[in-house]
Amino acid sequence: MTKPLLSAQGITKRFGDRVACRGVSFDLWPGEVLGIVGESGSGKTTLLNCLAGRLVPDEGAVLYETASAGTVDVHRLSEARRRLLARTEWGFVNQDAREGLRMGVSAGANIGERLMAIGARHYGDIRRTASDWMQRVELGLDRIDDRPTAYSGGMRQRLQIARNLVSNPRLVFMDEPTGGLDVSVQARLLDLLRGLVDRFHLSAVLVTHDLGVARLLTHRLMVMQGGEVIEAGLTDQVLDDPQHAYTQMLVASILPV
Amino acid sequence: MPDTTLDQGAYNYAYLDEQTKRMIRRAILKAVAVPGYQVPFGGREMPLPYGWGTGGIQVTAAIIGRDDTLKVIDQGADDTTNAVSIRRFFARVADVATTTRTQDATVIQTRHRVPETPLKEGQILVFQVPIPEPLRMLEPRETETRTLHALSEYGVMQVSLYESIARHGRIAKTYNYPVLVNGRYIMSPSPIPKFDNPKLDCNPALQLYGAGREKRIYAVPPFTPVKSLDFDDHPFEVEHWKESCALCGSRETFLDEMIVDDEGTRRFICSDTDYCQERQADSVK
Repeated sequence: MTKPLLSAQGITKRFGDRVACRGVSFDLWPGEVLGIVGESGSGKTTLLNCLAGRLVPDEGAVLYETASAGTVDVHRLSEARRRLLARTEWGFVNQDAREGLRMGVSAGANIGERLMAIGARHYGDIRRTASDWMQRVELGLDRIDDRPTAYSGGMRQRLQIARNLVSNPRLVFMDEPTGGLDVSVQARLLDLLRGLVDRFHLSAVLVTHDLGVARLLTHRLMVMQGGEVIEAGLTDQVLDDPQHAYTQMLVASILPV
Repeated sequence: MPDTTLDQGAYNYAYLDEQTKRMIRRAILKAVAVPGYQVPFGGREMPLPYGWGTGGIQVTAAIIGRDDTLKVIDQGADDTTNAVSIRRFFARVADVATTTRTQDATVIQTRHRVPETPLKEGQILVFQVPIPEPLRMLEPRETETRTLHALSEYGVMQVSLYESIARHGRIAKTYNYPVLVNGRYIMSPSPIPKFDNPKLDCNPALQLYGAGREKRIYAVPPFTPVKSLDFDDHPFEVEHWKESCALCGSRETFLDEMIVDDEGTRRFICSDTDYCQERQADSVK
C-alpha cells in the first residue's frame, strides 16, 4: 500500500497569544495537488511554512516520505538534513519572486544553483540544463544571461519555478504563485504549472486566495478561516456544493465576468 | 615568569599585553586545528588604522619572540610605507632582528603577496586580511554564512564562478580567489593574486590569517591541501605574461606593469623586490 507523501498531524502555531493555525491535519498523496484557500490572515502561509520546515509548529508533526530514507519527521531532522531535503526533494515557490531568486546573478546561474549545490562542477552541463529549463518555462534563450531584475513579474515567477524544478523535486510548496500578476500572465503561468505538474508527476501544496486558480490546479481543497480548516474535500465538490457558510460566502463572492 | 617588558618600560613586549597575546594564541591554535575555519577573537585597537594590517600585526605580536627574524612585505615590496612602518614597529617594541631576505626570515607578515622564494618548514607566513568571509559578497547575513560554512553548503560560491564565465567567458576573478582548504572549508586567501594560490597548496610553512576589523583569525597548517575552486571544463589557471622582468629578466614571477612616461611606454618588473634583487645580484656574480 502506498503511503502519503506528506502527512500533517495536528499542526498548531501560535505567535504570542494569537493562534495562526490550530490543529490542522491532512494527508497529501503522491501526484496530488492540494489547495489551501482562505482570506488574508487565515493562517494559510503560516501553515505552508510549517509544512516546509521554515517555521517550527508549537504542536503537531509533519511526516514526509523520503525517496530513499523512509518516513521522516521534518522538524526532528537535523538542520543539515532538512536543508538538503529542501533543495533536492522539495521546491518552494514564493509569492514574491524576489525572495525566491538571487537577483544579483543571471537567470542561468539562478537555475543552476541547486545543481551546483549538490555537486555539479561542469559548466557546459549546467548551462545545458539551464537552457532546457528556460525553454520548458517558456523563457527565451537569449535571456539566459540577463539578471532577474531585467525580467517582468511573470517571467520572474516562471524563472523561480524553473529554479525549483531543476533538481526534479517530488513535492513543491507554492505560496500564491500567481499573486500580483495580471490576468493574461496568470493564465499562461497556470497553464504552464498544470503542464509541469502533469509531466513530472509532481505533488504540490498550493496556497492561494484565488478560487479560480484553485479550481484549475488543485485536486483537493482545504478552506481555512481564523487558523482552522472549516471545510475540506475534492475541489469540484467544495466549489460546486460548499457546505460551510464561510465557504458559501467565498464562492459567492467570485466576480462573474 | 620571564621579564617581558622592554628596557624603556613604555610598552609590554611586542606591544600587546600578555593576556591579549594568550587569547590570540588560543584563537591561533584553534584555527590551526580546524584549517580554514574563521575563529573569532577579541581584536584590540592598534596604533595604525583598520585596513593597514591591524589583524596581521596582532597575529605577529602574539607569536613573535626575541629569537625571531621578521620580514614585512606589502604588495611584494619590502620598501613601501606600510612594510617599513610595521617592520620598524616590531624592531622597536619586540626587539627583533628584521630582514628583507625571504630565506632568512622566521616570520613574514604580508599584504597581497606570497613571496616567490619557496618557503621552508618552520617559517610562518602572516597574512593581513581585509574581508575574511569568502561568501560575504554573495550572502550579506553573517548568521547565514556561518550556517553555510557549518553545513558545507557552498553552491553559492560556485554560482559566482558560473556567473563570471557567463559574463566574461572565463573565470575573471584575479585576486582573492576562493579556495577549499583540506576538502572542508572555503576560505578567502586574502587579496593575493590568484597567481599565488598554487603556492598555498601543501606549503611547508605555517600560514596564519588575521582580520583586524572583522576580528577573525584562520590558518592553513603546513602541508595542507588548498584547492582553488573551478569547473571541470573551466579549470583554474594562473596568469602569464608575454614580457619578462625589466630588471632581472624573470619569466616565472608575478610582474607589475609600470607606466614610465606620458607616451604610454610600459615596463614590467617583479612585484617581489627581494626575489628580483637576489636574481640581479646572482647575474652580476
